[in-house]
Amino acid sequence: MNPFSSGTRLRDMIRSIRACKTAAEERAVVRKECAAIRAAISENDQDYRHRNLAKLMFIHMLGYPTHFGQMECLKSIASPGFPEKRIGYLGLMLLLDERQEVLMLVTNSIKQDLNHTNQYIVGLALCALGNICSAEMARDLAPEVERLLQFRDPNIRKKAALCTIRIIRKVPDLAENFINSAASLLKEKHHGVLLTGVQLCTDLCKISSEALEYFRKKCTEGVVKVLKDLANSPYAPEYDIAGITDPFLHIRLLKFLRVLGQGDVDTSDCMNDILAQVATKTESNKNAGNAILYECVATIMSIEDNGGLRVLAINILGRFLSNRDNNIRYVALNMLMRAITVDSQAVQRHRATILECVKDSDASIRKRALELVYLLVNESNVKPLTKELIDYLEVSEPEFRGDLTAKICSIVEKFSPEKIWYIDQMLKVLSEAGNYVKDDVWHALIVVITNASNLHGYAVRSLYRLVQTAGDQEILVRVAVWCIGEYGDMLVNNTGFLDMEEPITVTESDAVDVVETAIKRHSSDLTSRAMCLVALLKLSSRFPSCSVRINNIIVQYKGSLVLELQQRALEFGAIVDKHRNIRSTLVERMPVLDEATYSGRRAGSVPAVVSTSQGAPINLPNGVAKTTSAPLVDLLDLSSDDVPVPSSSGGDFLQDLLGVDLSPSSSQTDTNQAQKRGTDVLLDLLSIGTPPAQSNSSIPDMVSPSQDSKSAINVLEQLSSPSAPAGGVSTPPGSSSMMDLLDGFAPNPSKPENNGPAYPSIVAFESSTLKVTFNFSKQPGNQQTTIIEANFSNKTFDAYTDFIFQAAVPKFLQLHLDPASSNTLPASGNGSISQKLRITNSQHSKKSLVMRIRIGYKLNSKDMSEEGQINNFPHGL
Amino acid sequence: MIHFVLLISRQGKVRLTKWYSPYPQKERTKVIRELSGLILTRGPKLCNFVEWRGFKVVYRRYASLYFCMCINQDDNELEILEIIHHYVEILDRYFGSVCELDLIFNFHKAYYILDELLIAGELQESSKKTVARHIAAQDSLVETAKEQASSLSNIIAEATK
Repeated sequence: MNPFSSGTRLRDMIRSIRACKTAAEERAVVRKECAAIRAAISENDQDYRHRNLAKLMFIHMLGYPTHFGQMECLKSIASPGFPEKRIGYLGLMLLLDERQEVLMLVTNSIKQDLNHTNQYIVGLALCALGNICSAEMARDLAPEVERLLQFRDPNIRKKAALCTIRIIRKVPDLAENFINSAASLLKEKHHGVLLTGVQLCTDLCKISSEALEYFRKKCTEGVVKVLKDLANSPYAPEYDIAGITDPFLHIRLLKFLRVLGQGDVDTSDCMNDILAQVATKTESNKNAGNAILYECVATIMSIEDNGGLRVLAINILGRFLSNRDNNIRYVALNMLMRAITVDSQAVQRHRATILECVKDSDASIRKRALELVYLLVNESNVKPLTKELIDYLEVSEPEFRGDLTAKICSIVEKFSPEKIWYIDQMLKVLSEAGNYVKDDVWHALIVVITNASNLHGYAVRSLYRLVQTAGDQEILVRVAVWCIGEYGDMLVNNTGFLDMEEPITVTESDAVDVVETAIKRHSSDLTSRAMCLVALLKLSSRFPSCSVRINNIIVQYKGSLVLELQQRALEFGAIVDKHRNIRSTLVERMPVLDEATYSGRRAGSVPAVVSTSQGAPINLPNGVAKTTSAPLVDLLDLSSDDVPVPSSSGGDFLQDLLGVDLSPSSSQTDTNQAQKRGTDVLLDLLSIGTPPAQSNSSIPDMVSPSQDSKSAINVLEQLSSPSAPAGGVSTPPGSSSMMDLLDGFAPNPSKPENNGPAYPSIVAFESSTLKVTFNFSKQPGNQQTTIIEANFSNKTFDAYTDFIFQAAVPKFLQLHLDPASSNTLPASGNGSISQKLRITNSQHSKKSLVMRIRIGYKLNSKDMSEEGQINNFPHGL
Repeated sequence: MIHFVLLISRQGKVRLTKWYSPYPQKERTKVIRELSGLILTRGPKLCNFVEWRGFKVVYRRYASLYFCMCINQDDNELEILEIIHHYVEILDRYFGSVCELDLIFNFHKAYYILDELLIAGELQESSKKTVARHIAAQDSLVETAKEQASSLSNIIAEATK
């Protein structure tokens, strides 16, 4: 038999594939090869299995389907020889992944191989297990791996250590079984085993608090000593990289120390000396050294406070930042982001350099720098920083403009010291990069303009000027059209002229020109055109002399194929034509839009650092509007277009706002809904069609505008009636303190976070049926204990009976529940149950409270239960 | 943790892929396409990190080949550069001044070496000598098996080498 008859050699196949000129040719070759391999598989050809598998892997890498070869891997693994096993395991790792059922079939072979006498076969099995094992396999084979952690050969021990990492990542419950054997790896001298052992211990600590405690107590000193020996070790050629002995081990030890030191003062103290040594003695002229310094800085920033070390770390970052190597600058920016929470003053010192990085030619660096600048902004530096950013906006690359614009808008909204500045900056952004501005941002701008009655004239004149030069920016045109519609008379009469303004003469027909150009522009979309029509209607009343001309423009849209435009054109045309007497009352100026609703939303995304700062950036039109709108805040606001630190403060605020404790995903959806609602209301107020992006909500708007405008009016009515409760269930103290949290603007003398024992109430839990609020108080002299008064109210129309509230807390807390005031909860919020809870926090001022709750009750004699987790407790309890 | 390792040629051809986190087959093709677009277009003087889907991809170019590793946001990018270089040096030592063609025709060898270097997305060995020793020992195991086997399997082993 001729061995070459049943196919080509691997090398030849690769050659012929590479020789292919076109994709079609390549496909033909691959198809032929695959056909031959399939045939060999169905004949159960063992002689060529090895080669066929190798070919399949190559074909797989080219992106062709190779699932038919999966069973071949399994057969190959099951065969006795090392070469077959080696290629079989390689195929297993390449052709399969952990989700495939086939993988389960291999568990037994791997188990046998883990007990093989040949250590290289054991190594193959460990490697495969470490790379692709599923949770089930991890459970089945964990005991074997645990045993191999003590194997005589270090090569196996290190592989077993990494395999363990995979196992505990898949099945965290198993972590506790490995603590002891992992700890013994830390005493090893062999670098490979030590390297993997340290990594394993780090991962164990992340998964299990028990492991963390254990390693903190038993191993900190040992690890410090290992690092000390390593840092002082003489030249070791085998591990040397750029004059440093084993930088990889350095880095892993530093990472492990970070995990150990975080949140524990004693442990952190224990490592101060060695960290100082590494930070000062490590050579920084090569990448390896910088990698160690970088890790060291990260550790210093994370462990418990040591002023001296932190100065050292910030200095290293300063050096990094001025480095010519882009990689080093990138990591410096990255780390400064983390440092800002520790020492923002020190980071501020590098502001100029960071600002330069925003203009770097490297997109990765720009992005990092921009995010950092965003965190650096405060009231005192907002003007120069914004100026720099806007100047740069003019020359920035198109793909970076979206990010940059969003950040500038967000900065301007948050820190603007006065309204005129706010309007100026926003107009600059709109004229440079208007098309990158999100809807809610320009909606907010309009809200601000309507509220600044002394700036109406100024705003409309500035917009008029800008539209002449930057008429291609659609969003700018929209704002301009809206303002001209509202304040067109001020434009023409130069009402409210400010000293700094340049004089300008605009005739009535000039103003109409702007709107006409906008509506006829080819690229204008539905929203813009609809806004133009409204503006025209308004102008027809403000400028009676242009009435005929305006009617002529409107008439052109009577035949529009777009329903929205057609309808508006017809109705407006009729008003202009036939109803002159009521026209002026119909198109009066819009009522001032409620600013607190919008500013509330903005406060929700202000980072904590900022919200404590002084000052009222935007003066509220009147104090009343602010307080009355409080119950509405959760209805309207909450678009988080740009939460700078979504995980921490921003998120908490949002949760507070929503009054519900939600998992991240569901809070996201709620936020979106809220945002949509907010936008809808505003859109209705603006009486424009909705942009296509929000097609879902736009349909009802377009079809039944009258109904929607009614609901908008309802909202306004609620705004003006001070006691209108939202949903009938809000408790007054709860909602007003929510407003305190929200309101960074109001000159509020008592800030909740500075106010010692007075803590704001929270809405601990809210579902469609039930609401729970917590009021907090402290016993004088006992900071650790908090007394919580929980109030439950029923949102449905049926009373709850057999009401029972249960709560659970982590170990560092102690919880005592007093009996509840009642076990029946009346319907529709007519009365509530209250219950006292006493919580003692043994880690007071280190950890904040968390609680898991379950509420059971009978509704129409049916058992109901609700569960939730509360982690929006105020800090410092 | 390293989520995956990619070797992509300047023309966008895939030379090696290793996935330590679960990515379905379709997703893998998409990831590779996305990343080639991102990385191959970057200029020579820019930094070696690309932010992508909330991860970071650290890449380094050697002649016509891009070595890419995807890591978490808070991992040490500079260290990954060292790991890539570590791998390249071992390849270089094994093949004797390695070139792209070596990795095409002996792709399985490149995988074997990677498996001695990384498991579960974590570094396994910091000594190039040790890796080389283990690879050599396993290669010689294959050789011995080949010698012992019949003439027919001898030919097969030769063919797949």
